[in-house]
Amino acid sequence: MKPRRFDYVRPESADEAVAVLAEYCDAASVLAGGQSLMAMLNLRLAEPAVLIDIASLKELDYIRIAGNMIEVGAAVTQNRLKGWPELAGKLPLLAAALPFVGHFQTRNKGTVCGSIAHADPSSEIPLVLATLGGEVVLRSHRGTRVLAAADFQRGALTTAREPDELIIAVRFPVQPTARVAFREVARRHGDFAIVAVAACVEDRDTVRIGIGGIADRPAARSARIDSAADATDIFESLACELEGYDDLHASARLRRDLLRRVGPVVVEEALRCAA
Amino acid sequence: MRRVNRDERTRIGFTLNGRAVSGDAESRMLLTDFLRHVIGATGTHVGCEHGVCGCCTVLIDGVAVRGCLTLAVQAEGRAVTTVEALASPDGALNALQQAFQQHHALQCGFCTPGILMSFTDYLARNPHPTEDEIREVLSGHLCRCTGYAGIVAAVLAASGGSAQQAS
Repeated sequence: MKPRRFDYVRPESADEAVAVLAEYCDAASVLAGGQSLMAMLNLRLAEPAVLIDIASLKELDYIRIAGNMIEVGAAVTQNRLKGWPELAGKLPLLAAALPFVGHFQTRNKGTVCGSIAHADPSSEIPLVLATLGGEVVLRSHRGTRVLAAADFQRGALTTAREPDELIIAVRFPVQPTARVAFREVARRHGDFAIVAVAACVEDRDTVRIGIGGIADRPAARSARIDSAADATDIFESLACELEGYDDLHASARLRRDLLRRVGPVVVEEALRCAA
Repeated sequence: MRRVNRDERTRIGFTLNGRAVSGDAESRMLLTDFLRHVIGATGTHVGCEHGVCGCCTVLIDGVAVRGCLTLAVQAEGRAVTTVEALASPDGALNALQQAFQQHHALQCGFCTPGILMSFTDYLARNPHPTEDEIREVLSGHLCRCTGYAGIVAAVLAASGGSAQQAS
């Protein structure tokens, strides 16, 4: 199908984008890479009156180290971040997860912040942001505020972004460890994750676990794991707590079963990594 | 600030396969439809129109993207490359196209333009990919008749061929 009619606006600066957004608020959608939004427009699942295109804003196309955070601007594509030479050293979990984000062709255009904004429950980048405890930087004509990942994503495709706020950047805390692992189960590589599991060894036996695809938003927990039995128990209780959901790709029960099986494997993989 | 109102038709211009082209379109017109219906460049195919099948893959400033997830107005001032650019003006196929022909990498040919454009970008970045890397890129395309084995063989042959030329 084809999109419904909309007014198209391509601002020349982030300030201009924020001003246009303040004017239209709920009636506007922000277009960055468009790898979810354009599909939704074509299917008429989204029918904004105004489309604000920020994809070509050079000032938002940056990756910078800010203290102990890596800040990624709203125009940075997933493949650009994937190819950033410092990624594996500073953000090994993100380096492990990015190859699972869509396909080569969609990562060429899809943005890191766009994945965060879209907030799909099975999406990898929000999962990594939640697992690492990252932040989202929002700007409006009223000012700038920074939200923790856990406060930003409220549910499936639902975030705390106010209608006049533009996501300017996301910040991932630099990881002190290279002991990470990431796996997901999907029908085919690049498809929506039925279940995704991330693990980072925090210190000695504490492991930070992130789970996507099973609840309406990513779940992150820190757990002490001394033995394989510990890992099995933790994922058993997480499967019960998160419940899962039924959709076209999998039943809630399959999601729980996959989590029970994949979870301990990912934790073991992270623990096996050389310190 | 560029603005196109919903009922307005605006002039859109960009470089297509090295040649300046332009035409009138609404803000909502997809790049695929602009190429096919306004410019008349029908090499780029349209399949699912939501970014899944990959038929419409074209290069924008050398980077492989979904034409159906791009608005025509977003291509303004950019360099768009489509499958029409691959063969030489006399019709001689390029190395990748020849490999597709030799390895039976197409049957109905509907998905082929997109796959060729994906690998045109990918092989420029990674001239000697492994079979796994080829399959990873190919996962962004759907083929409903030939299957993928011939396509993988063709890309392997095309990249091996350039390896021999390089040495």
